[in-house]
Amino acid sequence: MTKYWINGETAIEMNDAEDVNTVHFTVDDKDVLVSAGQTIYESLRHMDGIGVIPALCYHPAVRPYGACRLCTVEVSEDQGKSFKFVASCLYPAKNGQIIKTNTEKIRKLRKGIIEFLLARCPDVKVIQELAKEYGVEKPRFSLGNNECILCGLCVRICQENMGKSAISLVNRGIYKEVAAPFYAYELGSECIGCGDCAFVCPTGAITIGPDGKPILPKVKIPQAEVEAMMSEEKLSKS
Amino acid sequence: MDNTLDLAAIQTALEKSSAKVEALINSYVDKKEQLISLLQDIQAEFDYLPQETLVKISRTLDIPLSQVFSVATFFQSFSLKPRGRHTITVCLGTACHVKGGQRLVDKISRDYKIGPGETTQDERFTLETANCLGCCALGPVVVVDGKYEGHMTPDKLDKILKKYE
Amino acid sequence: MVEQVRKLLDRKLKNVQELEQFQQTILKDKDSSQVTVSVCGGTGCRASGAQDVVDAFSEEIEKRELQVKIDFKETGCHGFCERGPVVVIGPKKIFYQHVKPEDVPEIISETVLNGKVVPRLLYTDPATEKQITHESDVPFYARQMRLIMGTNGEIDPTEIAQYIAAGGYSALAKVFQQMNPDKIINEITKSGLRGRGGGGFPTGRKWQSCRTAEGDTKYVICNADEGDPGAYPDRSILEGNPHSIIEGMIIGAYAIGAHQGIIYVRNEYPLAVEHARTAIDQATDYGLLGENILGSGFDFRITINKGGGAFVCGESSALIASLEGKVGEPKAKYTHMSERGLWDEPSLLNNVKTWANVPLIINKGADWYSKIGTAGSKGTMIFSLVGKINNSGLVEVPMGITLREMIYDIGGGIPGGKKFKAVQTGGPSGGCIPEDYLDTPVDFDELTKLGSMMGSGGMIVMDEDTCMVDVARYFIDFLKGESCGKCTPCREGLATLSEILNRITHGEGKMEDLQTMEDIGEILKIGALCALGRTATNPVSSTLKYFKDEYVAHIKDKKCPAGVCRELIEYEIDTDKCTGCGVCARACSTGAITGEKREPHVINKGLCIKCGACFDVCKFDAVVKH
Repeated sequence: MTKYWINGETAIEMNDAEDVNTVHFTVDDKDVLVSAGQTIYESLRHMDGIGVIPALCYHPAVRPYGACRLCTVEVSEDQGKSFKFVASCLYPAKNGQIIKTNTEKIRKLRKGIIEFLLARCPDVKVIQELAKEYGVEKPRFSLGNNECILCGLCVRICQENMGKSAISLVNRGIYKEVAAPFYAYELGSECIGCGDCAFVCPTGAITIGPDGKPILPKVKIPQAEVEAMMSEEKLSKS
Repeated sequence: MDNTLDLAAIQTALEKSSAKVEALINSYVDKKEQLISLLQDIQAEFDYLPQETLVKISRTLDIPLSQVFSVATFFQSFSLKPRGRHTITVCLGTACHVKGGQRLVDKISRDYKIGPGETTQDERFTLETANCLGCCALGPVVVVDGKYEGHMTPDKLDKILKKYE
Repeated sequence: MVEQVRKLLDRKLKNVQELEQFQQTILKDKDSSQVTVSVCGGTGCRASGAQDVVDAFSEEIEKRELQVKIDFKETGCHGFCERGPVVVIGPKKIFYQHVKPEDVPEIISETVLNGKVVPRLLYTDPATEKQITHESDVPFYARQMRLIMGTNGEIDPTEIAQYIAAGGYSALAKVFQQMNPDKIINEITKSGLRGRGGGGFPTGRKWQSCRTAEGDTKYVICNADEGDPGAYPDRSILEGNPHSIIEGMIIGAYAIGAHQGIIYVRNEYPLAVEHARTAIDQATDYGLLGENILGSGFDFRITINKGGGAFVCGESSALIASLEGKVGEPKAKYTHMSERGLWDEPSLLNNVKTWANVPLIINKGADWYSKIGTAGSKGTMIFSLVGKINNSGLVEVPMGITLREMIYDIGGGIPGGKKFKAVQTGGPSGGCIPEDYLDTPVDFDELTKLGSMMGSGGMIVMDEDTCMVDVARYFIDFLKGESCGKCTPCREGLATLSEILNRITHGEGKMEDLQTMEDIGEILKIGALCALGRTATNPVSSTLKYFKDEYVAHIKDKKCPAGVCRELIEYEIDTDKCTGCGVCARACSTGAITGEKREPHVINKGLCIKCGACFDVCKFDAVVKH
């Protein structure tokens, strides 16, 4: 008789774990049994006895995205001969996997990511807490002072759950940011003021204004650029 | 200036927009997955993506405006601002870089007071840089209005640009 | 002539016999006494003025009424772009370089009509100072093995009949007559062909998994989003021989059971788009695309999608996203494209060069093909050999040739008696290889061992005047601009690396920066979402590994040994050498140089912006950089 965890909620003892609707794997040297069709992160999220896997871009209400990379774990699918690094929020849990959630390499990776986030958003509480937990002191470099970590939760909840897509991620690379079309400060009629974006935001970068509509993080592109794009002269040309 | 969408101005522009653009957008109704091609066609028509055409695309093809805007800002070949009469593209591919491509950009920036992606005040030139134009054997390469010029030097470039008014 | 033949047929080619018959007719009607004149019409030669040469030939041929005697064509890229415009006169293949429109009447009078060469247009071997008459004797070509590129210089890419006359679509004919899908995949697998886009995944295995994958619709995609700066083989093939890619794609589609193909091509390659479009139209007219191809009962169509200008779209999942009209953000590839790709259907994505190899393998057989190359990498590879090298252009060589042979035998070494420093392969995901490793055979595995990679065929030679810290900075800045920005390590890691490298090249670096950069490299390697991010620090790690002394010189001595980093150099006039000609003063845009006529000039360092204009124009080497 082995003790199995079912979705991390109840521990039961049973003989055989070959039920087709379950997945059986090892995580940090523990045998676990979870219901099939989940990602590694989902299946371990509430499980007792497993250390918390950090994640900032995950929310159960929306599809996983794999952007923050904090939930990276090591997985072996060949009985431990070789391990690969995968984002646990995206990687499916499969029978026979050996998963390690807290190896030295993983901790180093998370420390590195937290250092980046702290360098970008030094005043955000959730990041300061993670930094404390992982022993990241002052970052060796500075990337500015922002609040948004581009996890995309606000954009995804607006699109997937509300079907509105009032906001999106625009530009690319270091210029990527959450914005309304044409960087408008006031959201248009697409925004119904549900406030979900502010609710899911892990860093508090989005707040709700007096009119009930969200106030997005300040855009990064220079104001002059925005004005050039919005100029009336341009409108009259076409 | 506050960045509020001037819906009235957009509406006026929409009403004025040519039948050609309208037909173009309508021809994509059944293939909205080809949004990028459509934006390329619009860009070919105007040399940039006018705001109201993006609104029109969003309405006609039933794609959220935010998503049209995402695509339009993600890809380098799209411009949301009107461009100059002539476009100078300086290749900064690796081969052009080791052969001094950056010095050509510096030269143009100095002479015409524009950085990459910018247009001169008199709308004569827009300066762009490219990652690689595939003419590596002729580096450094500059393209002015589609005409390729190889083995470029700041001096030669100066003479060439004087020909474009 | 060809058009007449086709009009006789006046219908689509209905079966393989008609294709063969058509080919025979063209060949039979070919006048063997005709002199061929091929002008290279690739983008490289066009940039050097090839279009004017083409016009001059057309005009002259018409004026002298030589249309029957001369088989004149504008072909695809011949590869020796640096010598363009290139003209080759057949059948002896007399090779003329740097041809100007005013040379054309003489070429026709002398070479075409009288068989005499025009010495001034010949190529002179810098090593022996001997003039070389025939294309195949030019050292640049002599060591190559032009299995894929060879046809480029022989045919007009806008004329399908010329491709057919050169044996084109015979692999397709062979497939329909003699091979079933399993046999095709078996042949590709046996050939040992590996993906030419950079990763080197075994092509046969990819085809097999796509064939067995379940899906209602399957797609065949050609990746022509050649984004590596310094690499242009894909552009050349698509421009110069588009039908070879179409033929490869039809065979691939037949093997996996796909009916829809897409060529995803960079927006920056207008000529390639135009030629691919013409080729698709012609192939459709001839019944080689569309319904019931050559009577086989197999349907297949190809469309073209132009990229929007994003390097990351060369990555397969980002490419798919952009084909679906979305932002080109990569997705985690926990299921293979061959199982779930475009619209979640099985999709076979191969690079241009990979597709171009397919007809060759089918025609000549896997046994023949697998004899070329090394144990792990078969066939040839096309490189763009560019940068600080005498003979720059596209070279096709068998896998396993050494870097030294490529750079010195084919490339003719470094210009101006300068010293070789490094060769960069694999684009922004690759690394810089120093002199000690020049005898390394070039193949997928060997380059990876050196911390670089094959990539899509860029090979950029760097000499003593190239600063390796600046090269690392260049690639990191490139990638910073091209990162999609989705995942934290790539977005913020590249921003940090860029900040550090820019500081170092400005003389503001600290020794501990080197450790920070290595740490960031480790994070990206395991933490980034896609291959762009995971390999992004190769340019830094390889230069740190092989050229650490240059970093130290920038940080500790505040010197750029190669004299590239502007903040760390100064220009001065050597008073002994200066003749006072005043050329430098006229070139100086800030008025920093002053001096009396015929007296040594001086540079006012306060006004000097270090643009290097004076250094370039001085004929007496009197301007010195230190």
